[in-house]
Amino acid sequence: MDKLMNLKLKVWRQDNAEDLGRFEEYEAHDISPDMSFLEMLDVVNEGLIESGKEPIAFDSDCREGICGTCSMVINGTAHGGQKGTTACQLHMRHFSDGMTITIEPWRATAFPVHRDLVVDRTAFDRIQQKGGFISVRTGSVPDANAIPVPKDDSDLAMDAAQCIGCGACVAACKNASAMLFVAAKISHLSLVPQGQPERERRALAMVKQMDDEGFGNCTVTGSCEAVCPKEISLDFIARMNREYGRALIKKGTI
Amino acid sequence: MNLDAKIPSGPMAQKWDKHQFDLKLVNPANKRKYEVIVVGSGLAGASAAATLAELGYNVKCFCFQDSPRRAHSIAAQGGINAAKNYQNDGDSVHRLFYDTVKGGDYRSREANVHRLAQVSVNIIDQCAAQGVPFAREYGGLLANRSFGGAQVSRTFYARGQTGQQLLLGAYSSLCRQIGLGKVQMFPRTEMLDVVLVDGHAKGIIVRDMVSGEISRHSAHAVVLATGGYGNAFFLSTNAMGCNVTAAFRAYKHGAAFANPCYTQIHPTCIPVSGEHQSKLTLMSESLRNDGRVWVPKSRAVAEQIRQGELKAGDVAEADRDYYLERKYPSFGNLVPRDVASRNAKEACDDGRGVVGSGLGVYLDFEDAIGRLGESAVRERYGNLFDMYEKITGSNAYKNPMTIFPAVHYTMGGLWVDYNLMSNVPGLYVVGEANFSDHGANRLGASALMQGLADGYFVLPYTIGQYLAEVGPDGRPSEEGSEFASAEEKVRAQINKLLSIKGKRTPTSFHRELGQIMWDKCGMARNKAGLEAAIKKIPELRAEFWENLNVPGENGSLNQSLEQAGRVADFLEFGELMCRDALQREESCGGHFREEHQTPEGEAKRDDENFSFVGAWEYKGENQTPELHKENLVYEEVKMTQRSYK
Repeated sequence: MDKLMNLKLKVWRQDNAEDLGRFEEYEAHDISPDMSFLEMLDVVNEGLIESGKEPIAFDSDCREGICGTCSMVINGTAHGGQKGTTACQLHMRHFSDGMTITIEPWRATAFPVHRDLVVDRTAFDRIQQKGGFISVRTGSVPDANAIPVPKDDSDLAMDAAQCIGCGACVAACKNASAMLFVAAKISHLSLVPQGQPERERRALAMVKQMDDEGFGNCTVTGSCEAVCPKEISLDFIARMNREYGRALIKKGTI
Repeated sequence: MNLDAKIPSGPMAQKWDKHQFDLKLVNPANKRKYEVIVVGSGLAGASAAATLAELGYNVKCFCFQDSPRRAHSIAAQGGINAAKNYQNDGDSVHRLFYDTVKGGDYRSREANVHRLAQVSVNIIDQCAAQGVPFAREYGGLLANRSFGGAQVSRTFYARGQTGQQLLLGAYSSLCRQIGLGKVQMFPRTEMLDVVLVDGHAKGIIVRDMVSGEISRHSAHAVVLATGGYGNAFFLSTNAMGCNVTAAFRAYKHGAAFANPCYTQIHPTCIPVSGEHQSKLTLMSESLRNDGRVWVPKSRAVAEQIRQGELKAGDVAEADRDYYLERKYPSFGNLVPRDVASRNAKEACDDGRGVVGSGLGVYLDFEDAIGRLGESAVRERYGNLFDMYEKITGSNAYKNPMTIFPAVHYTMGGLWVDYNLMSNVPGLYVVGEANFSDHGANRLGASALMQGLADGYFVLPYTIGQYLAEVGPDGRPSEEGSEFASAEEKVRAQINKLLSIKGKRTPTSFHRELGQIMWDKCGMARNKAGLEAAIKKIPELRAEFWENLNVPGENGSLNQSLEQAGRVADFLEFGELMCRDALQREESCGGHFREEHQTPEGEAKRDDENFSFVGAWEYKGENQTPELHKENLVYEEVKMTQRSYK
């Protein structure tokens, strides 16, 4: 059995979107290196409830790195800094006894805090609703093999489509830009033949909604790519910019 | 209780076509006068909501996640079956139908399964048209792989994230309808009761999980797409939020709950590492294609491994027991999930487990690496090996993985007829939340198929019949007394949970319930154990209502309160699972009764006495529920004993 750890936590607590919020300090005792980071927080929360305090609110669901629900900045890095890893898959063996760990929510104007570490990411849904789809009705489609898709295109589309919509890219960006998220969806759908008819409409509509939601612009620092748990490439932002420019030209806007 | 399955007449292969023609239609101009509620936004819920909206109905869709894109369908790894026969290897609708009925150990409803196999081909077409990036061959056509329990290659996949890509496809269709104003989406909203008016399901009561606000929603019909109940065991591969509340509240209003004892235990999960464990992680069973399962032959050696005195590599070949290869020479490590799981338990019960807790066996890739080379193994399973290392800190290229079975999927669910309507008129149930298609055991890559079949291609047709019958005026006011009293009850329960102010957290009760369920109603069950659980669970429930501690208030985001409500329902539902397991005096699929096994220790079905769906009727608080039976008649498939020797 590996040695158990004692840690000090500095956690952002905020009652609701209007509250100013503050850091509070907690001790985490007897933490096993085999625990996930969120299980460590579970243990702390059980202790808080037992001592009559309110537990730290944080989002999580699948706890296997695919649903994109968990969202916290750990020691200054979204999801905690293990390459290609969500907070729920981060394990305590990467920390050491006596450490102080700072935990904060995603910070972005477009992601208001609901409570503590829980933020409102519905802006992402609204961007998708503007064009993150191919307009097909159920049943009105050809046989799946009627339209061949070159394997390379399909594989590249899948690289983009893997995005879990967690919002770490926004949290990491000094401009709180959502470009990596939006680029992933625009790239995915522009790479497959089924996505061609709406290619320009989609790029224009999604970019407009992204701007309307209050996300910042991209200054190509690459911090989004560095924290992305699915390692979505910055190249997709370049691709999105091309898609957007192409759409402007085709629509005669410029 | 009326359990008429309403199976259409005529030959099996023509039932669905005939039924589609016989179903009443709603006039296109009238569809916009109807309101349908869909609870849940996974594969079944999102596809149903989007398709109903495309048809012209007004849809309200609810999910407890912060976005419909996060429903637990997203975690499915392996793939989705469809009888496309793109590989020219002899697949057909009939073969997929046959494999599913057999795989379900002859406890599913034939007509439903046949329809599932029929519409499976449309699902792939639909998803490809949505832009789902399925795996492809160099010619640009779709690739397939084979999956457990089938001798043909009919599984379509998108790397190891098929569930994610299919869900994002359904989510994109849903987004389009939300953008068009045809679906009103309510994320972070939990359904806490269903409202019946004159015996028909006509609405729900929900809680806004951010503000705590309780609200009423009425509709012409209610669709539950709320997933499975695996979290009754506390530890499972389900997401943290998965719960039985919506289905259980419907049960309390008279909807029959069918086959609650049928749970699927998946053999290749990462073992429990300690008391802190919050959930279990599954690794695709494709690993068993190349991994060899073993434990030491001797208990003493196993004990030295558990103490850390020996490592797997120190155990000589002759001292290893590759028990699946030994007992099942023809299927070896590829026996179905239930058989693999039970044998792992047996080895550990025999004192030969190889992890600290005693509950784990080896899955060893040494031979495969020797035969194929490390790079080939990495190409096939690299992402799984990475995930394993992330969680355990151990490199599976160097040391064997350790695995143990975990609760994964629940075949039981609310009883539905051929139209997917429960015995409560107007209440439809789709996806994992219903019981109909997988019998006592689900085959790999069939859950995604069923969720999308129900949501895209079955419900949107069958619900039309009911809506046409009730007419556009068949939606009651939310001000009616039924809504008021349902809301009152919901508020009373919340207040009660908050006011107990005892000593124990919701998690501690959930964990204790889970331990009882796993010990007594898990991989192997017996009469004495089930009776003990049926005695113990009400005691735990009583303590819950006296000694629970939920901090905070209703008027804000309160995760302890959400959890307490779900645990309260699991504490009642767990008992129902045990009752069902007790009455089913046979072994079939995922349900293994120790009293009913062959001399070799294999599951022994009793077709003469138990070839029925066990549907339970709620009889009131602390009353014993009543069992009703829907007899299963097999017209097409001949019942045989499964053998994997």
